[in-house]
Amino acid sequence: MVHVHITDASVTYQGVDRRVHALDGVTLDLAEGEPVSVIGPSGCGKSTLLFALAGLVPLDGGSMDVGGEQVAGPRLRTSLILQDFGLLPWKTVLANAALGLQVRRHPRAERERDAIAALERVGLGDFLHTYPSELSGGMRQRLALARALALDADLLLMDEPLSALDALTREDLQGLLLELWHQRKHTAVLVTHSIEEAVFLGRRIVVMTPRPGRVASIVDNPDFGTAGYRDTEAFYERCAALRRLLADEGALHVADGLTGEAETDVASEAVRR
Amino acid sequence: MISTGRKILGYVAASAVLLVGWQLLAMLIASPALPGPAPALTDFVRLFVPALLPQLGYSAWRVLASVAIGTLLAVPLGLVLGRSPRADAVFAPLVFLSYPVPKAVFLPVLLVLLGIGNTSIIALIALIVFFQILVTARDAARQIPSGSVTSVRSLGADRWQVFRHVVLPASMPDVFTALRISSGTAIAVLFFSESTAGQTGLGWYIYDAWGRIAYSEMFAGIVAMALLGVVLYELIESAERRVCRWTRAGR
Ligand SMILES: Nc1ncnc2c1ncn2[C@@H]1O[C@H](COP(=O)(O)OP(=O)(O)OP(=O)(O)O)[C@@H](O)[C@H]1O
Ligand SMILES: [Mg+2]
Repeated sequence: MVHVHITDASVTYQGVDRRVHALDGVTLDLAEGEPVSVIGPSGCGKSTLLFALAGLVPLDGGSMDVGGEQVAGPRLRTSLILQDFGLLPWKTVLANAALGLQVRRHPRAERERDAIAALERVGLGDFLHTYPSELSGGMRQRLALARALALDADLLLMDEPLSALDALTREDLQGLLLELWHQRKHTAVLVTHSIEEAVFLGRRIVVMTPRPGRVASIVDNPDFGTAGYRDTEAFYERCAALRRLLADEGALHVADGLTGEAETDVASEAVRR
Repeated sequence: MISTGRKILGYVAASAVLLVGWQLLAMLIASPALPGPAPALTDFVRLFVPALLPQLGYSAWRVLASVAIGTLLAVPLGLVLGRSPRADAVFAPLVFLSYPVPKAVFLPVLLVLLGIGNTSIIALIALIVFFQILVTARDAARQIPSGSVTSVRSLGADRWQVFRHVVLPASMPDVFTALRISSGTAIAVLFFSESTAGQTGLGWYIYDAWGRIAYSEMFAGIVAMALLGVVLYELIESAERRVCRWTRAGR
């Protein structure tokens, strides 16, 4: 698997009538096979960070290095998974899963074999010739995952992949993501708005500042990936700590999964003043 | 999906309603210019093979060729304009200046340039279809969700692959809608141009029967022209069913 070095990366968008400074000097290193969660206020540049890592948005300062090479464009084994899954409604499940391989001009037989193997791995082996609109939200997300698996991605970039799903399906897929990581040990960057998800799926959790995005702090999560982590005291404590950190960043009004605790924290503080 | 049987049944029922309406109207107006369905259909059957079929052949060939030419030129150009701001900046003003001009007024020019006959007629219909499809294809390409493009680009797709896997299929439903509307226009322009410029085709036949005051023959021609329109429409429908299979999924 690959390591990732992000050094002082900045991105400015040329908007319709103004320039938007989206990322401002982000520095972050990921070890080989390390899964990291990214959380921060809406509009702070989380998607931008992923798009830049995927080679879709150019940097205007700093550098990004994936597996020892500068990111200059889409990389063969980097896979980007988007919130709306990035599926093409006009292609069948099989064609969607095989799309990455097709774009890379793998022979048809080979790409179908690899895509079918990936689809079976995520439990979609019986839906090869269905269209995405005939799948449930959770199944669509599985399909997006299968596309990444078919490519044998060693760097998985996920932009709020589960935020459109209901709570049960979401938990189910969080389990699948963790399981796949245990099997493959890929390097991963997961952008999420959910505190629990960030803690469940990241060995470290990167908290970003409001726009222009910078790294506010990095929370270590040593118990990540242990069996039954979600039900442990340590998990709840880690979530509570992260919630406090986000409240300090002023990000809480956008973070979902927030409970009364953090809100009362902020409120009582206001009363005390 | 509607089965072929039910579709035919639908056409039969609709024809029955039209025939009854036609009969009533003919009785009401009681003018030789509007014969009832009975004499018209008798003439239709009597004249179909000797007189109508050859003209139907000319007309069908003209309308199919022109719709195909207009569409094949307009779709790629429209999609490129919709996706490339630079090309659009150059060509869109041209398109929007010429779009509202009624293209039928160019028939005399085409007749002078291309002569009386097939070429002028095909060129005129193709021109009209071209503009209708061009504007639709351009708008369709502009409205493609950026997520589709981003996800395919992130897989390493080049411009052509983005075009082929995203832009082209995503725009097809809109293009087919425009094509269906254009098919009606195409038949109308076919009649106009054949009756003005030529000695062949159903348009000419209808016009000629009118000149001879052979009203039931004229209506036999009109029925043939309506049939041509239905066939064209159905051809477009079946092409859409093939190309846009996914639009019927998940409904
Ligand atoms: N293509 C673009 N052109 C101009 N500005 C952009 C573009 N994409 C994003 N921005 C701006 O850059 C900033 C960061 O956007 P980004 O999408 O990275 O935020 P985000 O952290 O992912 O937000 P969210 O949590 O709401 O998804 C925002 O202010 C946004 O308006
Ligand atoms: Mg985002």
